[in-house]
Amino acid sequence: MHPFSYIRATDERAAIGEVTATPQATFVAGGSTLIDLMKLNVMQPTRLIDINALPLTKIETRADGSVRVGALVRNSDMAYDETIRTRYPLLSEALLSGASAQLRNVATLGGNILQRTRCFYFRDTSMPCNKREPGSGCAAIEGHNRIHAVLGVSSKCIAAHPSDMCVALTALDAVVHVQGPKGERTIPFTDFHLLPAEHPERETALEHGELITAITLPPLPFATRSHYLKVRDRASYAFALVSVAVALDVQQGTIRNARLALGGVGTKPWRAEEAEKAIRGKRAGVSTYHAAAEIALRGAKTQKYNAFKVELAKRSIVRALTTVEAMA
Amino acid sequence: MQRRDHLPDSDPSVPAPCTVSEQSGAPPVSQISTSMHRLSRRKFLAETTALGAEVALWNMLAAEDPASADPLPTGAQQAAASSNKVSATLQINGKPYPMQIETRMSLLDAIREQAHLTGTKKGCDHGQCGACTVHIDGRRVLSCLTLAVMQEGQNITTIEGLAEGEKLHPMQAAFVAHDGFQCGFCTPGQIMSAVSMVKEGHAHNEGEIREAMSGNLCRCGAYPNILAAIQAAMEGKTDASL
Repeated sequence: MHPFSYIRATDERAAIGEVTATPQATFVAGGSTLIDLMKLNVMQPTRLIDINALPLTKIETRADGSVRVGALVRNSDMAYDETIRTRYPLLSEALLSGASAQLRNVATLGGNILQRTRCFYFRDTSMPCNKREPGSGCAAIEGHNRIHAVLGVSSKCIAAHPSDMCVALTALDAVVHVQGPKGERTIPFTDFHLLPAEHPERETALEHGELITAITLPPLPFATRSHYLKVRDRASYAFALVSVAVALDVQQGTIRNARLALGGVGTKPWRAEEAEKAIRGKRAGVSTYHAAAEIALRGAKTQKYNAFKVELAKRSIVRALTTVEAMA
Repeated sequence: MQRRDHLPDSDPSVPAPCTVSEQSGAPPVSQISTSMHRLSRRKFLAETTALGAEVALWNMLAAEDPASADPLPTGAQQAAASSNKVSATLQINGKPYPMQIETRMSLLDAIREQAHLTGTKKGCDHGQCGACTVHIDGRRVLSCLTLAVMQEGQNITTIEGLAEGEKLHPMQAAFVAHDGFQCGFCTPGQIMSAVSMVKEGHAHNEGEIREAMSGNLCRCGAYPNILAAIQAAMEGKTDASL
C-alpha cells in the first residue's frame, strides 16, 4: 500500500475543504472498498479524510412521507431499520443479500453507492484496464468475462456494477444529496452513475471534493409489495450474476404501476424503465412478465462467457414479478 | 511487475523486491533495485536497511541545518515523507496499547504485531474469509479492512478478551465441546463472529445461522460442528454431555 497522510474531520465543511485542496485526497468512511483497493494499489490516495465523526447517521421520516437516510448509516442498521423494512422491503432484502454481516456492519450508505467494480482486470494492476488506467485497453472483452455486464457496455469497458443496494435505490427513484466546494445539490439516483462509453474512468456525477451526505427515498406506497431476487454462484457471500428489484401495484388484476431494476448485468445499477412502461395497464400474469423481460434485455450485448446472463436475467425478472404479485 | 525469475533463491511467498521498490516511486530505490536483479533477498534486505539508515541520517542533517539548500536527495525526501508514522493508543480488551504506527497499518496488523495479540488470524487480508473478525464497540467487523488509526477511541475486543480468566466464554466452551474446528485457523474469527451473531438476534434456525455466518470460511469444512456448537451455545448448552 502506498503511504498517505490521515486526518479525522469533525465538520463537513472542513472535510470537503481538505479533499478539495488535494487532488489525490479522498474521504474514507467504512473503508471496506477503499482499503481493499489500496492494498491492491488500484487506488492510491495520498491523503485520507476520515468522515466517521460527521453527524450523518440518522434515518428520518419527513412530513411529506419521504425517508431521508444519512450517508454514514451502516448497511446493517439500514437493513434492519423498521421503516426501511416495512416500507421498502426490496431495499432491506438487497442490503442483507450483500457481502457478510461483518462487512455490512462497517459499509456505509455513501460508500456503497461508490462501490467499485469487481472486474478481475480492474483489480489487477498488471493488466490493462481503461477504468483504472485510461487508454490502456480492456482485458475483459477478450478475457474471462463470465461475471461482466451485458447492458450499457462500450468498446472501452464491460465491467459490471457490483452493488445490490444501488439496484433497489434506482428502482425506488432515490435522490442523492451532495455537499461540495460550490454548495449543496441533489442528483437523481438514475443520473448518479454514468455509462462507461468513451470514459469508463469517470463513474459518477460527483466532482472532486463533493461528499454524499444523504439520500431521500420518495414515499412510494406500493413499495410495501416489493422484492429483491439475487442469483449467484453460492447461496451466500457472493456477488450477483443477476439480480432483480421489483415493486408492483396490482389492483383487480391490472398492473397500475411497476418498478423494475437489474443488478449484475449492467455497467451501472440498471433501471428497466421501458419494461415498466410496457406493462403498466396490462393484466398481471406470466405472459406480461415475459414481455417485460424481453424488453428489459433488448439491448444486451454479450461476450464469450456471459451470454447465459441474458436468459438468466429474463427468467429472474419473471420469477421476481410473479413473487411480488403473489404477495398479499 | 513480477520479476521473480531474476531471483532464483528468493522466497516465492514474498513479493519480488523490484515490485516493492517500484511501488515506492523513489528513484534511488529503483536504481538499487535495477542493480539487484541477481541479488539474494537477504542482500536486498540489507541494502534497503542501509537506505533506511541513510534517510534517517539525512533527516538528522536536515533538522540540524534548516538553511541547507538541498538537504535531501529527491528519493530520500520521498522515502522520509512516506513513513507517515503517528502515535495512537488502541483500547483492546479493556487495556490501552500505545503505539507508533504507520497510517497504512491495518487494525489486524496493529493487533498482531504491535499489541502482540496473535489470536486474531490473518487469512486473505482482503475481507473475504472472516479469519480476522474482531468486535468494535460490540459489533463484529473485519480487522483487515480497517485502519488502526481509524479505530483510536473505540473499544476493540479480540478472542483473547472473551474468556473471564480461566473461565471460557460459553461460545468458546461450545466450540470445544462440539469439536467446532479441525486445523483451528479460522476458529477465533468463527467464535468472534458467532458471539456477535447471537447478540444481533436475527438468526434463529439452522438456515438463518448459516446465512449469518457466511462471512466466516472454514477451509477444513468443519461447518456441521461449527453450526452444532453455535446452536448449543444459543440454547445455553456448553457441555458435551448435555
